[in-house]
Amino acid sequence: MKPAFPPVLGYALRRLLQAVPVVLLIMVGTFLLLKLAPGDTVDALVGDMGGADAAYIERMRAEYGLDQPVYVQLLTYMGKLITFDLGWSFVYEQPVSAILFERLGVTLLLMATSLTLAFSIGILLGAIAARRVYSLTDNVISTLGLIFYATPSFFLSLLMIYLFSVKLGWLPVGGIKTVAGFYTGWDHYVDVALHLVMPTAALSLIYLSFYLRLMRASVLEVADLDYVRTAKAKGAGETRLMVHHIMRNALLPVVTLLGLQFSTVLGGSVVVETIFTLPGLGQLASQSVVQRDMNTLMGIIFLCSIIVVVVNFLTDLLYARLDSRIELA
Amino acid sequence: MSLQSTELAPAEPPRLVVFWRRYSRNRAALLGLVIFTVVVILALTAGIVEPGDPLRRAGAPLTPPFTDWATPLGTDQLGRDVMSGIFYGARISLLIGVVATLVAIGIGVLIGAIAGYFGGWVDDVLMRVTEAFQTIPNFVLLLTLVAIMGSQIEWITVAIGIVSWTAPARMVRAEFMALRGREFVDAARNLGVSNTSIIFREIMPNALPPIVVYASVIMALAILLESALAFLGLGDPNYASWGNMIGQGRSVLRTAPYCAVIPGIAIVLTVLSFSLLGEGLNDALNPRQKKR
Amino acid sequence: MSQPVLDISGLRIALPKGADRPFALEDLNLTVEPGEIVCLVGESGSGKSLSAGAVMRLLPEPHVHVAAGSIRFMGEDLLAKTPRQMRDIRGRDIAMIFQEPMTALNPQKTVGWQLDEVLRLHTRLGRKARRARALDMLERVQLPDPRSAYNAYPHQVSGGQRQRVMIAMALLLSPKLIIADEPTTALDVTTQLQILKLIRELQVEEQAGILFITHDFGVVAEIADKVAVLRMGQLVEHGPAKTVLNNPQHPYTKALIGAVPALIPPPAKPLSSAPVVLKAEGLRKTFAARGGLLSGKRKAVAAVKDLSFTLRQGETLGVVGESGSGKTTVSRIVTRLLECDSGKVEVDGTDILAASPRELRAMRKHIQMVFQDPMASLNPRKRVVDLIAQGPIVHGTPRKKAHADARRLLELVELSPAAATRFPHEFSGGQRQRIGIARALSMEPKIIVADEPVSALDVSVQAQVLKLLAELRDRLNLSLLFVTHDLRVAAQLCDRIIVMQNGEIVEQGATADVFANPQHPYTQKLLSSIPGRHWTPPVLTTEAA
Repeated sequence: MKPAFPPVLGYALRRLLQAVPVVLLIMVGTFLLLKLAPGDTVDALVGDMGGADAAYIERMRAEYGLDQPVYVQLLTYMGKLITFDLGWSFVYEQPVSAILFERLGVTLLLMATSLTLAFSIGILLGAIAARRVYSLTDNVISTLGLIFYATPSFFLSLLMIYLFSVKLGWLPVGGIKTVAGFYTGWDHYVDVALHLVMPTAALSLIYLSFYLRLMRASVLEVADLDYVRTAKAKGAGETRLMVHHIMRNALLPVVTLLGLQFSTVLGGSVVVETIFTLPGLGQLASQSVVQRDMNTLMGIIFLCSIIVVVVNFLTDLLYARLDSRIELA
Repeated sequence: MSLQSTELAPAEPPRLVVFWRRYSRNRAALLGLVIFTVVVILALTAGIVEPGDPLRRAGAPLTPPFTDWATPLGTDQLGRDVMSGIFYGARISLLIGVVATLVAIGIGVLIGAIAGYFGGWVDDVLMRVTEAFQTIPNFVLLLTLVAIMGSQIEWITVAIGIVSWTAPARMVRAEFMALRGREFVDAARNLGVSNTSIIFREIMPNALPPIVVYASVIMALAILLESALAFLGLGDPNYASWGNMIGQGRSVLRTAPYCAVIPGIAIVLTVLSFSLLGEGLNDALNPRQKKR
Repeated sequence: MSQPVLDISGLRIALPKGADRPFALEDLNLTVEPGEIVCLVGESGSGKSLSAGAVMRLLPEPHVHVAAGSIRFMGEDLLAKTPRQMRDIRGRDIAMIFQEPMTALNPQKTVGWQLDEVLRLHTRLGRKARRARALDMLERVQLPDPRSAYNAYPHQVSGGQRQRVMIAMALLLSPKLIIADEPTTALDVTTQLQILKLIRELQVEEQAGILFITHDFGVVAEIADKVAVLRMGQLVEHGPAKTVLNNPQHPYTKALIGAVPALIPPPAKPLSSAPVVLKAEGLRKTFAARGGLLSGKRKAVAAVKDLSFTLRQGETLGVVGESGSGKTTVSRIVTRLLECDSGKVEVDGTDILAASPRELRAMRKHIQMVFQDPMASLNPRKRVVDLIAQGPIVHGTPRKKAHADARRLLELVELSPAAATRFPHEFSGGQRQRIGIARALSMEPKIIVADEPVSALDVSVQAQVLKLLAELRDRLNLSLLFVTHDLRVAAQLCDRIIVMQNGEIVEQGATADVFANPQHPYTQKLLSSIPGRHWTPPVLTTEAA
C-alpha cells in the first residue's frame, strides 16, 4: 500500500501547523532579548545623531510606540516580523531584511555542501566500520571519527590555511570569490568552488564524525535484529543484506539526527565564515555582536529559525517517506 | 540448573568493583582517563608550577619552543608564556565545562523529567519551548546572550549552559517516558508511593546512567563553545583561554604556527579525553549493550 | 528412501569463555526423517535454539561455534560446505520459521517484496511468474486476502497472519527440511492451534521433515512424531512422542511432564457464604488511540465494556482471555493504576475508584498486585530488602521493623534471608517472582491481583510458583484475582473463572462447570484450542523437588 498523494499532503500540513507555536515562541523570545539588551531603537538613533534633548527623545519614543504597554509592543513587533519587517540596521544604514537576503545565498551554499559531504561520507564510513567491526579498518575509521569530533572547527581551519594556503599555496585564504578576478561562466563556478573547499571541510568534519558514529552504532544494532536473521536464513548474500535489510533501517536514526542538528551546523557557520571571510549570515552575526547591532542580530536569529523550521519540515517528510511505519493519514 | 529454584546464585562482588572491571576492559577509555587526569593536574597546579599572571610579558616576543628554559613552549607576539597559558587555560576550560554542564543538565533533567513523567499538555508545552530553543542555532544564541549580558566569565558559563540544555532534556524525557510505563513504577504506585518519590527515588536512579554518559558529551561541547567564543575575541579578556590563544596565534600563523598549534592540541586532547571517558562510562553503566 | 533428511551426530557447540558452561550442546544425536515432525523440547538455556543455528550455519561465530560432531543434510556434510554453497541451501533446501512474527519481517519492505526475495535468490523465474507463485503460496497458507497482503507492510497485518506469511516464505521453494523455532509461542491460543494445523497440513503435502523447537509439552502432544528432551545442553531422553509423553523414563522428563498442569479443575470450594471482598460494577474504559489534535488518526478503542463481577474471601477468580480481550485492563482498573471511565470497585464496601488521593493510599494496603514480568516489576537499583519493606515504610511502619518483617517474608516465600541484601538481577526468574509475591504480602492485603504472574517462567518453575501462591492463599485466607491467558494454569488454580472477549464477559462460572460444559461458542473455541487437550499428563510418582 504505497502512500497516495493526498495523505502526504495532510501529513505535511499537520507538521507545518505543529511548527506554528515554535515560531511564535521564537518571536516572543527575540522580543524579550531585545528588551533585555541595554538601549533601545531611540537610544541608537540618538547616538547616531550625536545627541538630542529630552523632549525630542520623548516624542521619538512615542513615535516608535515605545511608550505603549509591553504586550502592545510585542504584538506590533510580531506583526512586523510576520511581514518580514525586521527593522533598521544603524550600522549598515539599511533595512535588516535587505542585508540578510544579500547574505543568505552564501550561507545556504555552505550548508548544502557541508551537510551533503558530512552525511554521505559519514554514513558510508559508519557502515563500513560496522561491517568490519573490531577490525583494523574499523579501528582506523573510529579513531578518525574521534579525532574529527574533538577538533574545533576554528583550529582545523587554521591548520588547513597553514598547510594549503601558506605552505602549498593551493587554495585561497578567504572570501567567496577572487576579488579582482571578474570570472564569468564556468571559471566563476570553479573559482567559487575553490573558495569553498576549506570552509566546507572545516565545517563538515565534526558533523561527519557524528553521523559516522551514529551510523556505526545503528548498523551494529540493526544487524542483530530478527529480520536480518530471517534474510540470512533465506540465503541472502552480504551485499543484499547490507543494502536492503540493514542500511535501509539503520539510516532512520541518522536522518533524525540530520534534522535535529541542522541548527547546530548553522551555528557552526559563524566561526567558519568569520575565519574564511565568507560574506554570509554567520560572519554578519559575529560582526553584529562586535558592533552591538541588535536589530540585525535578532533578524539573523529569526531568519535562521525559519530556515531550521523549513529544513526540519523537509527532513520530517523525508523520514515519513523512508519509514513505512509512519501513518500518514 | 536443577529444578530447585530457591537456591541463590553465588553473591556478586560490590558494585564499584564491577563498575571498574567493566570500565577498565575498554582500553581507549583508560587512555581517556589518563588524559583527563593530566588536564586536571594542569588545572590544579597552575598556580604552583607557573606562578604569576599568565597574561604578563615573560620573555622576548615570539621565542620559539624549546629554546629558552624560562618559557619552554615559547612565547607569543606579546611575549606571553605559552606554557603558562596552557596551565591556566586548563583551569578555565575545566571550570566552564563543569559548571556549564551542571547548568545544562540541571535545566534539562528538570524539564525532561516533568515532561516525560506527566505527559499530556504539560509535555506539549515544555516540548514546544524545548523545540524553540533547539531551533535557534545555539552558537548564534550564545553570541546574542554574550552581546546582551557582557563577556564576564560567569555570564559566559551560564550562557553556555542555557544554550546546551535541550539535548539532555529530550533524552531525559525519552527515558522517563519509557520508564514510567515499566512495571516497577506501577508496583511503587500500587504501594502508595507519592509522585515526587516515584520521580526521584524510583525513576531517576534508573535514568541516571545515560545522563551521566551524556554529561561527558555536553562537557566536551561546552569546552568547544567557550573556545570558539574566545577565538572570536568575545571571551573574558581577563583570563587566559586556549581559544583566545589560538585566536591571537592566527595573526602570526605564517611565522610562528606553534602559537596556535600548541593550545589547539590541548583542546583536541581534552575533548578527546571526555569522549573516551563517556564511552568507558557507557560500557560500565549500560552493560546490556555489550555484545555476547 | 531410508536416508534421513537431517542427521546430527555427536554435535558439540562451544560457548565463549566466561559463559555459565563451556558447551551449549554436548554430544547431540538426532535424526529427522522425511515427512516427520521431531520436537526438540527444553527449558530456557537448554541450548535448543543454538542447535537450529548450527544446522543453518548461522551461529554467532566465532564466539559460539561447532566444536565437534557432524550435521548431515540428505547425506551431505553441512559443516564442510563453503559459505557460497550454504547460501544456496538456505531458503531453498532448508527453511526456517522464527518465534516472533512481529520482528522477523523487515518493517520497511512489503510482504510481497520479502516473498519475492526468496524466489529472486534461488530461481530464474521472471517477475510475473514470481508474483504468481508468491500469491499462490499466500493462498495456500489461508490468508484471507492474499492480494492485499502481498502489497501490505508487515505492521499492517496481524500477528497470526504475519506468522502465516513467515510460513509461506519458508515453504515457497518446497524445502526438504523446515526448522521451526518456537513458531507459536508468541501467538494466542486459538491462533496457535490454527498455525499448528497449518504446519501439519502443509508438511504432509510436501513430505518435508520438520525440526520443531518448543518448550511447551501441550504443543508437543499436538504435533510431534518424535520427541527429544534437552537439559543444559544434554540430550536426556528421546523416542516416539507417545512413549515419551505417557511413559517418560528420565527423572528430568518426568519432572517436566509432572509440572504441566492437567486440564482437570479442582472441586469447587463451598464459598457462596463467604463475604464479598471485591465487587466491581459497570466498569468501562475506552482508550483514545494516540491523542493530540494534530497527531493523526484518532479512533477510540473500548478496552472494557460494562464489566461486573464479585470476589469472595478465600476465593480465586480467574480472568481468562486472549490478547486484546481487556483482561489486563481489568487488573489495572481494580488496583486503580489506570483511571476508569465509569463504574465502581468496592473493596470491603468502599468504592476505591471514588476515593480521594489520601483515602486511596490507605486503601491500597488491602489490594496488592503481583506483576507479569518479574524483572521489570522490581526496581533494578534497589536491594531486595528495600523493595519488600518499601510499602510498609510508606505507610508508617518504622524502618527497622519493616526490614525485619521483610526478612521474615523472604522465608515465607521460601527464599534464604541472605537474599535480602542483593539486587534483583542476581536472581532467577522464579526467585524474582517470589520476591514480587513477598512485596505484595508485606502490606498484609486482603486481595491479591495477579497479572499473568507465571507466563514469563519455565514450566517447572511455573508449577512451583503456582503451588506457593495456592499455599499462601489458603494459609493467609487471601482472595486472588488471577489474570491469565493460559487455560491450563486457570484450570489448576481457579475456583471460578470469567472468560473475556473484546472487553466483555462472555461466560462465567465455577471452573469445573465451564471446563466440563462451556456454553458460549467462544469459550468452546478457546477450550478446544488448548494444545494437547486430548493428552492428560500421566500422574508421576517422582518427587518434582
